[in-house]
Amino acid sequence: MTHWPGGWSDGRVTGYQLAQLNVGRPRGPVESAVMAGFMSRIEPVNALADAAPGFVWRLQDGDGPGAVWESLDALRDFVYRNGPHLDFMRRRREWFHRMAEQHLVLWWVPAGHRPDLDEALHRLDLLRRQGPGPLAFTFREPFGPLAAESRSRAAASLR
Amino acid sequence: MGRVVSDLGVIAVLGDPVRRRLYDYVTAQDHEVSRGEAAAATGIQRPLAAFHLDRLAEAGLVEVTFRRTTGRSGPGAGRPAKLYRRAAGEHQVSVPPRDYRGAAELLAGVVDMIGGEQELQRAARSRGAAAGRSALRNAAETEQGSRPAGARDAEAGDRDRLTGALAEQGYQPYPDGPEIRLRNCPFHALADRYPPLICGMNLALLEGLIEGAAVTGMAARLDPRPDECCVVMTSSKNNEH
Repeated sequence: MTHWPGGWSDGRVTGYQLAQLNVGRPRGPVESAVMAGFMSRIEPVNALADAAPGFVWRLQDGDGPGAVWESLDALRDFVYRNGPHLDFMRRRREWFHRMAEQHLVLWWVPAGHRPDLDEALHRLDLLRRQGPGPLAFTFREPFGPLAAESRSRAAASLR
Repeated sequence: MGRVVSDLGVIAVLGDPVRRRLYDYVTAQDHEVSRGEAAAATGIQRPLAAFHLDRLAEAGLVEVTFRRTTGRSGPGAGRPAKLYRRAAGEHQVSVPPRDYRGAAELLAGVVDMIGGEQELQRAARSRGAAAGRSALRNAAETEQGSRPAGARDAEAGDRDRLTGALAEQGYQPYPDGPEIRLRNCPFHALADRYPPLICGMNLALLEGLIEGAAVTGMAARLDPRPDECCVVMTSSKNNEH
Protein backbone atom coordinates (compact mmCIF):
# COMPACT_ATOMS: atom_id res chain seq x y z
CA MET A 1 0.00 0.00 0.00
CA THR A 2 1.22 3.45 -0.90
CA HIS A 3 0.65 6.67 0.98
CA TRP A 4 1.37 9.87 -0.84
CA PRO A 5 0.67 13.58 -0.51
CA GLY A 6 -2.91 14.43 -1.27
CA GLY A 7 -4.41 11.55 0.70
CA TRP A 8 -4.46 8.88 -2.04
CA SER A 9 -4.22 5.65 -0.18
CA ASP A 10 -3.76 3.02 -2.85
CA GLY A 11 -1.99 2.90 -6.18
CA ARG A 12 -5.15 3.07 -8.31
CA VAL A 13 -7.02 6.23 -9.33
CA THR A 14 -10.40 6.02 -11.06
CA GLY A 15 -10.25 7.42 -14.60
CA TYR A 16 -6.45 7.47 -14.67
CA GLN A 17 -3.64 5.16 -15.63
CA LEU A 18 0.03 5.40 -14.76
CA ALA A 19 2.60 6.21 -17.45
CA GLN A 20 6.29 5.45 -16.99
CA LEU A 21 9.50 6.25 -18.85
CA ASN A 22 12.96 4.90 -18.13
CA VAL A 23 16.14 6.15 -19.79
CA GLY A 24 19.63 4.69 -19.59
CA ARG A 25 23.13 5.21 -20.97
CA PRO A 26 24.29 1.76 -22.22
CA ARG A 27 27.91 0.75 -21.68
CA GLY A 28 28.25 -0.28 -25.32
CA PRO A 29 26.44 -0.60 -28.65
CA VAL A 30 23.62 -3.14 -28.78
CA GLU A 31 25.76 -5.71 -30.60
CA SER A 32 28.73 -5.42 -28.17
CA ALA A 33 29.79 -8.19 -25.76
CA VAL A 34 29.13 -5.99 -22.71
CA MET A 35 25.47 -5.65 -23.71
CA ALA A 36 24.95 -9.33 -24.64
CA GLY A 37 23.43 -10.22 -21.25
CA PHE A 38 21.03 -7.32 -21.50
CA MET A 39 20.05 -8.02 -25.10
CA SER A 40 19.35 -11.69 -24.36
CA ARG A 41 17.05 -10.75 -21.46
CA ILE A 42 15.14 -7.74 -22.73
CA GLU A 43 12.62 -9.68 -24.84
CA PRO A 44 11.70 -12.32 -22.24
CA VAL A 45 11.42 -9.63 -19.57
CA ASN A 46 9.19 -7.51 -21.82
CA ALA A 47 7.05 -10.57 -22.45
CA LEU A 48 6.71 -11.03 -18.67
CA ALA A 49 5.67 -7.38 -18.34
CA ASP A 50 3.07 -7.73 -21.10
CA ALA A 51 1.56 -10.68 -19.22
CA ALA A 52 1.80 -9.08 -15.75
CA PRO A 53 -1.38 -8.02 -13.91
CA GLY A 54 -2.14 -4.35 -14.61
CA PHE A 55 -0.02 -3.95 -17.74
CA VAL A 56 -1.82 -1.78 -20.33
CA TRP A 57 0.43 -0.72 -23.18
CA ARG A 58 4.06 -0.31 -24.23
CA LEU A 59 5.69 2.70 -25.88
CA GLN A 60 7.60 1.12 -28.76
CA ASP A 61 9.55 4.17 -29.80
CA GLY A 62 12.95 5.59 -29.04
CA ASP A 63 15.47 5.77 -26.22
CA GLY A 64 14.05 3.92 -23.33
CA PRO A 65 11.28 1.63 -22.27
CA GLY A 66 8.02 3.43 -21.59
CA ALA A 67 4.68 1.92 -20.71
CA VAL A 68 1.23 2.52 -19.29
CA TRP A 69 0.00 0.52 -16.28
CA GLU A 70 -3.34 0.31 -14.48
CA SER A 71 -1.96 1.56 -11.19
CA LEU A 72 1.16 2.49 -9.28
CA ASP A 73 0.99 -0.72 -7.25
CA ALA A 74 0.72 -2.88 -10.38
CA LEU A 75 3.84 -1.27 -11.84
CA ARG A 76 5.73 -1.46 -8.55
CA ASP A 77 4.82 -5.14 -8.12
CA PHE A 78 6.26 -5.93 -11.52
CA VAL A 79 9.39 -3.80 -11.21
CA TYR A 80 10.38 -4.86 -7.71
CA ARG A 81 8.54 -8.11 -6.96
CA ASN A 82 8.86 -10.06 -10.21
CA GLY A 83 11.86 -12.41 -9.89
CA PRO A 84 13.35 -12.10 -13.39
CA HIS A 85 12.74 -8.33 -13.49
CA LEU A 86 14.22 -7.79 -10.03
CA ASP A 87 17.25 -9.79 -11.16
CA PHE A 88 17.47 -7.56 -14.22
CA MET A 89 17.40 -4.48 -11.94
CA ARG A 90 20.04 -5.98 -9.68
CA ARG A 91 22.43 -6.34 -12.61
CA ARG A 92 21.67 -3.05 -14.37
CA ARG A 93 25.08 -1.48 -13.59
CA GLU A 94 26.74 -4.19 -15.70
CA TRP A 95 24.94 -2.77 -18.71
CA PHE A 96 24.17 0.87 -17.95
CA HIS A 97 26.20 3.78 -16.67
CA ARG A 98 25.09 5.37 -13.45
CA MET A 99 23.20 8.57 -14.15
CA ALA A 100 23.54 11.58 -11.90
CA GLU A 101 20.12 12.80 -13.04
CA GLN A 102 16.74 11.13 -12.57
CA HIS A 103 16.34 8.30 -15.08
CA LEU A 104 12.79 7.18 -14.28
CA VAL A 105 9.65 9.29 -14.37
CA LEU A 106 6.04 8.44 -13.56
CA TRP A 107 2.94 10.48 -14.34
CA TRP A 108 -0.82 9.99 -14.48
CA VAL A 109 -2.63 9.95 -17.83
CA PRO A 110 -6.39 9.88 -18.43
CA ALA A 111 -7.40 6.22 -18.88
CA GLY A 112 -7.00 5.25 -22.54
CA HIS A 113 -4.43 7.95 -23.34
CA ARG A 114 -1.26 6.71 -25.06
CA PRO A 115 1.66 9.09 -24.45
CA ASP A 116 4.25 9.59 -27.20
CA LEU A 117 7.99 9.95 -26.65
CA ASP A 118 7.76 13.78 -26.70
CA GLU A 119 5.29 13.79 -23.85
CA ALA A 120 7.37 11.28 -21.90
CA LEU A 121 10.61 13.25 -22.31
CA HIS A 122 8.75 16.41 -21.30
CA ARG A 123 7.76 14.78 -18.03
CA LEU A 124 11.30 13.55 -17.43
CA ASP A 125 12.58 17.07 -18.02
CA LEU A 126 9.98 18.46 -15.61
CA LEU A 127 11.04 15.96 -12.93
CA ARG A 128 14.70 16.85 -13.44
CA ARG A 129 14.02 20.60 -13.26
CA GLN A 130 11.43 20.78 -10.47
CA GLY A 131 11.73 17.54 -8.50
CA PRO A 132 8.83 15.17 -7.82
CA GLY A 133 5.33 16.66 -8.03
CA PRO A 134 1.84 15.72 -9.27
CA LEU A 135 2.90 16.11 -12.93
CA ALA A 136 6.06 14.03 -12.76
CA PHE A 137 7.16 11.84 -9.87
CA THR A 138 9.08 8.76 -8.75
CA PHE A 139 8.40 5.51 -6.88
CA ARG A 140 10.02 6.93 -3.79
CA GLU A 141 7.95 10.12 -3.86
CA PRO A 142 4.63 9.39 -5.56
CA PHE A 143 1.77 11.86 -6.02
CA GLY A 144 -1.90 11.56 -6.91
CA PRO A 145 -3.19 13.31 -10.05
CA LEU A 146 -4.04 17.00 -9.83
CA ALA A 147 -7.62 18.00 -9.14
CA ALA A 148 -9.49 19.03 -12.32
CA GLU A 149 -9.41 22.78 -11.65
CA SER A 150 -5.63 22.92 -11.26
CA ARG A 151 -5.02 20.64 -14.25
CA SER A 152 -5.58 23.25 -16.97
CA ARG A 153 -3.31 25.71 -15.20
CA ALA A 154 -0.65 23.03 -14.91
CA ALA A 155 -1.04 22.08 -18.57
CA ALA A 156 -0.41 25.71 -19.47
CA SER A 157 2.72 25.75 -17.34
CA LEU A 158 4.02 22.69 -19.19
CA ARG A 159 4.23 24.55 -22.48
CA MET B 1 13.61 8.20 23.15
CA GLY B 2 9.92 7.42 23.77
CA ARG B 3 9.94 5.00 20.84
CA VAL B 4 12.63 2.84 22.39
CA VAL B 5 10.72 2.68 25.67
CA SER B 6 7.48 1.59 23.98
CA ASP B 7 9.31 -1.09 21.96
CA LEU B 8 10.86 -2.29 25.19
CA GLY B 9 7.34 -2.62 26.66
CA VAL B 10 6.29 -4.70 23.65
CA ILE B 11 9.28 -6.97 23.89
CA ALA B 12 8.85 -7.35 27.66
CA VAL B 13 5.54 -9.11 26.87
CA LEU B 14 7.69 -11.96 25.51
CA GLY B 15 9.43 -12.33 28.86
CA ASP B 16 6.93 -15.00 29.93
CA PRO B 17 8.28 -18.35 28.68
CA VAL B 18 4.83 -19.75 27.75
CA ARG B 19 4.00 -16.64 25.79
CA ARG B 20 7.37 -16.83 24.08
CA ARG B 21 6.70 -20.42 22.98
CA LEU B 22 3.31 -19.42 21.60
CA TYR B 23 4.84 -16.45 19.78
CA ASP B 24 7.56 -18.60 18.26
CA TYR B 25 4.98 -21.14 17.11
CA VAL B 26 2.48 -18.69 15.60
CA THR B 27 5.14 -16.64 13.76
CA ALA B 28 6.73 -19.74 12.26
CA GLN B 29 3.48 -20.92 10.61
CA ASP B 30 2.38 -20.18 7.04
CA HIS B 31 -1.28 -20.06 8.09
CA GLU B 32 -3.48 -18.39 10.69
CA VAL B 33 -3.41 -20.37 13.92
CA SER B 34 -6.43 -21.24 16.07
CA ARG B 35 -6.32 -21.33 19.88
CA GLY B 36 -6.69 -25.10 19.81
CA GLU B 37 -3.79 -25.60 17.40
CA ALA B 38 -1.52 -23.27 19.38
CA ALA B 39 -2.40 -25.03 22.63
CA ALA B 40 -1.72 -28.48 21.17
CA ALA B 41 1.55 -27.41 19.56
CA THR B 42 2.94 -25.91 22.78
CA GLY B 43 1.50 -28.54 25.10
CA ILE B 44 -0.68 -26.27 27.25
CA GLN B 45 -4.41 -26.02 28.02
CA ARG B 46 -6.58 -24.13 25.55
CA PRO B 47 -7.80 -21.42 28.00
CA LEU B 48 -4.21 -20.67 29.00
CA ALA B 49 -3.18 -20.44 25.33
CA ALA B 50 -6.14 -18.13 24.67
CA PHE B 51 -5.11 -15.87 27.56
CA HIS B 52 -1.50 -15.54 26.40
CA LEU B 53 -2.38 -15.21 22.69
CA ASP B 54 -4.63 -12.28 23.57
CA ARG B 55 -1.80 -10.64 25.57
CA LEU B 56 0.42 -11.02 22.46
CA ALA B 57 -2.32 -9.49 20.33
CA GLU B 58 -2.78 -6.53 22.72
CA ALA B 59 0.94 -5.82 22.46
CA GLY B 60 0.68 -5.92 18.65
CA LEU B 61 3.05 -8.88 18.34
CA VAL B 62 0.41 -11.01 16.60
CA GLU B 63 -2.67 -10.01 14.61
CA VAL B 64 -6.17 -11.38 15.13
CA THR B 65 -8.74 -12.36 12.51
CA PHE B 66 -12.15 -13.95 12.93
CA ARG B 67 -13.27 -16.62 10.53
CA ARG B 68 -15.87 -19.35 10.48
CA THR B 69 -13.94 -22.54 10.01
CA THR B 70 -17.08 -24.63 9.32
CA GLY B 71 -17.84 -23.02 5.96
CA ARG B 72 -21.41 -22.30 7.12
CA SER B 73 -22.79 -18.81 7.66
CA GLY B 74 -25.90 -17.18 9.03
CA PRO B 75 -27.76 -18.09 12.23
CA GLY B 76 -26.74 -21.47 13.61
CA ALA B 77 -23.30 -21.43 12.03
CA GLY B 78 -21.71 -20.78 15.42
CA ARG B 79 -19.31 -18.10 16.46
CA PRO B 80 -16.41 -17.40 14.12
CA ALA B 81 -13.07 -18.74 15.36
CA LYS B 82 -10.41 -16.35 16.61
CA LEU B 83 -7.24 -16.86 14.59
CA TYR B 84 -3.73 -15.49 15.11
CA ARG B 85 -0.89 -14.70 12.72
CA ARG B 86 2.40 -12.80 12.84
CA ALA B 87 2.07 -9.02 12.87
CA ALA B 88 3.72 -6.90 10.19
CA GLY B 89 5.30 -4.43 12.61
CA GLU B 90 8.89 -4.77 13.76
CA HIS B 91 10.36 -3.91 17.14
CA GLN B 92 13.90 -3.17 18.07
CA VAL B 93 15.34 -2.45 21.42
CA SER B 94 18.81 -1.18 22.04
CA VAL B 95 20.03 -0.20 25.46
CA PRO B 96 21.64 2.28 25.49
CA PRO B 97 19.79 3.75 22.47
CA ARG B 98 21.38 3.10 19.07
CA ASP B 99 20.06 3.89 15.62
CA TYR B 100 21.71 1.52 13.17
CA ARG B 101 18.67 1.56 10.92
CA GLY B 102 18.94 5.31 10.37
CA ALA B 103 22.61 4.86 9.52
CA ALA B 104 21.79 1.92 7.21
CA GLU B 105 19.22 3.99 5.31
CA LEU B 106 21.70 6.80 4.80
CA LEU B 107 24.42 4.42 3.63
CA ALA B 108 22.03 2.58 1.30
CA GLY B 109 20.94 5.91 -0.16
CA VAL B 110 24.54 6.85 -0.89
CA VAL B 111 25.44 3.46 -2.42
CA ASP B 112 22.37 3.82 -4.63
CA MET B 113 23.29 7.39 -5.57
CA ILE B 114 26.89 6.66 -6.51
CA GLY B 115 25.97 3.41 -8.30
CA GLY B 116 28.04 1.17 -6.00
CA GLU B 117 25.79 -1.92 -6.30
CA GLN B 118 28.48 -4.22 -7.65
CA GLU B 119 30.92 -3.29 -4.87
CA LEU B 120 28.17 -3.85 -2.30
CA GLN B 121 27.41 -7.26 -3.83
CA ARG B 122 31.08 -8.26 -3.68
CA ALA B 123 31.33 -7.21 -0.03
CA ALA B 124 28.09 -9.02 0.80
CA ARG B 125 29.31 -12.19 -0.87
CA SER B 126 32.47 -12.34 1.18
CA ARG B 127 30.56 -11.56 4.39
CA GLY B 128 28.14 -14.40 3.59
CA ALA B 129 31.05 -16.74 2.82
CA ALA B 130 32.60 -16.00 6.23
CA ALA B 131 29.32 -16.84 7.96
CA GLY B 132 29.07 -20.01 5.84
CA ARG B 133 32.60 -21.14 6.79
CA SER B 134 31.77 -20.63 10.44
CA ALA B 135 28.62 -22.76 10.03
CA LEU B 136 30.75 -25.43 8.34
CA ARG B 137 33.23 -25.47 11.24
CA ASN B 138 30.43 -25.74 13.81
CA ALA B 139 28.83 -28.59 11.89
CA ALA B 140 32.19 -30.40 11.64
CA GLU B 141 32.66 -30.15 15.42
CA THR B 142 29.25 -31.60 16.23
CA GLU B 143 29.58 -34.35 13.63
CA GLN B 144 32.97 -35.58 14.79
CA GLY B 145 32.97 -39.25 15.62
CA SER B 146 29.79 -40.01 13.68
CA ARG B 147 29.95 -42.60 10.92
CA PRO B 148 31.03 -41.61 7.41
CA ALA B 149 28.05 -40.31 5.45
CA GLY B 150 26.81 -41.81 2.19
CA ALA B 151 25.91 -39.67 -0.81
CA ARG B 152 22.28 -39.41 0.24
CA ASP B 153 23.27 -38.49 3.81
CA ALA B 154 25.74 -35.94 2.50
CA GLU B 155 22.97 -34.21 0.58
CA ALA B 156 20.71 -34.19 3.63
CA GLY B 157 23.64 -32.97 5.70
CA ASP B 158 24.19 -30.11 3.25
CA ARG B 159 20.56 -29.06 3.53
CA ASP B 160 20.62 -29.25 7.32
CA ARG B 161 23.80 -27.23 7.49
CA LEU B 162 22.37 -24.59 5.15
CA THR B 163 19.08 -24.44 7.06
CA GLY B 164 20.97 -24.03 10.34
CA ALA B 165 23.15 -21.26 8.92
CA LEU B 166 20.08 -19.46 7.52
CA ALA B 167 18.27 -19.67 10.85
CA GLU B 168 21.38 -18.33 12.56
CA GLN B 169 21.22 -15.28 10.30
CA GLY B 170 17.53 -14.70 11.14
CA TYR B 171 15.90 -15.84 7.86
CA GLN B 172 13.38 -18.37 9.31
CA PRO B 173 13.95 -21.03 6.61
CA TYR B 174 11.37 -23.70 5.76
CA PRO B 175 11.38 -26.50 3.21
CA ASP B 176 9.04 -26.16 0.22
CA GLY B 177 9.44 -29.32 -1.86
CA PRO B 178 13.02 -29.35 -3.14
CA GLU B 179 13.42 -25.66 -2.30
CA ILE B 180 14.25 -23.86 0.91
CA ARG B 181 12.22 -20.68 1.27
CA LEU B 182 12.71 -17.90 3.79
CA ARG B 183 9.79 -16.62 5.81
CA ASN B 184 11.59 -13.57 7.15
CA CYS B 185 13.54 -10.82 5.43
CA PRO B 186 16.15 -9.58 7.91
CA PHE B 187 16.45 -6.35 5.90
CA HIS B 188 12.73 -5.76 5.38
CA ALA B 189 12.45 -1.98 5.96
CA LEU B 190 15.55 -1.27 3.87
CA ALA B 191 14.53 -3.70 1.12
CA ASP B 192 11.21 -1.89 0.91
CA ARG B 193 12.97 1.39 0.27
CA TYR B 194 15.78 0.21 -2.03
CA PRO B 195 14.55 -3.08 -3.53
CA PRO B 196 17.15 -3.81 -6.24
CA LEU B 197 20.00 -2.61 -4.04
CA ILE B 198 19.06 -4.55 -0.92
CA CYS B 199 17.67 -7.66 -2.64
CA GLY B 200 20.85 -7.77 -4.74
CA MET B 201 22.93 -7.47 -1.57
CA ASN B 202 20.85 -10.19 0.09
CA LEU B 203 21.24 -12.55 -2.87
CA ALA B 204 25.01 -12.04 -2.82
CA LEU B 205 25.11 -12.68 0.96
CA LEU B 206 23.24 -15.95 0.50
CA GLU B 207 25.35 -17.04 -2.48
CA GLY B 208 28.35 -16.45 -0.25
CA LEU B 209 26.75 -18.41 2.58
CA ILE B 210 26.13 -21.44 0.33
CA GLU B 211 29.68 -21.26 -0.96
CA GLY B 212 31.28 -20.79 2.47
CA ALA B 213 29.23 -23.62 4.01
CA ALA B 214 30.38 -25.87 1.11
CA VAL B 215 26.79 -26.74 0.23
CA THR B 216 26.80 -28.46 -3.15
CA GLY B 217 23.73 -28.83 -5.33
CA MET B 218 21.92 -25.74 -4.00
CA ALA B 219 21.81 -22.27 -5.53
CA ALA B 220 20.19 -19.00 -4.48
CA ARG B 221 18.01 -16.98 -6.83
CA LEU B 222 15.61 -14.05 -6.66
CA ASP B 223 11.97 -15.10 -6.48
CA PRO B 224 10.02 -12.62 -4.32
CA ARG B 225 6.75 -13.72 -2.76
CA PRO B 226 4.43 -11.50 -0.71
CA ASP B 227 5.60 -11.09 2.90
CA GLU B 228 8.64 -13.32 2.45
CA CYS B 229 12.31 -12.86 1.70
CA CYS B 230 13.08 -12.19 -2.00
CA VAL B 231 15.56 -15.08 -2.23
CA VAL B 232 14.87 -18.81 -2.54
CA MET B 233 17.36 -21.69 -2.40
CA THR B 234 16.76 -24.16 -5.18
CA SER B 235 18.40 -27.40 -6.13
CA SER B 236 20.97 -26.58 -8.79
CA LYS B 237 20.77 -30.12 -10.19
CA ASN B 238 18.10 -30.75 -12.78
CA ASN B 239 15.40 -32.98 -11.25
CA GLU B 240 17.55 -36.04 -10.95
CA HIS B 241 15.12 -37.87 -8.65
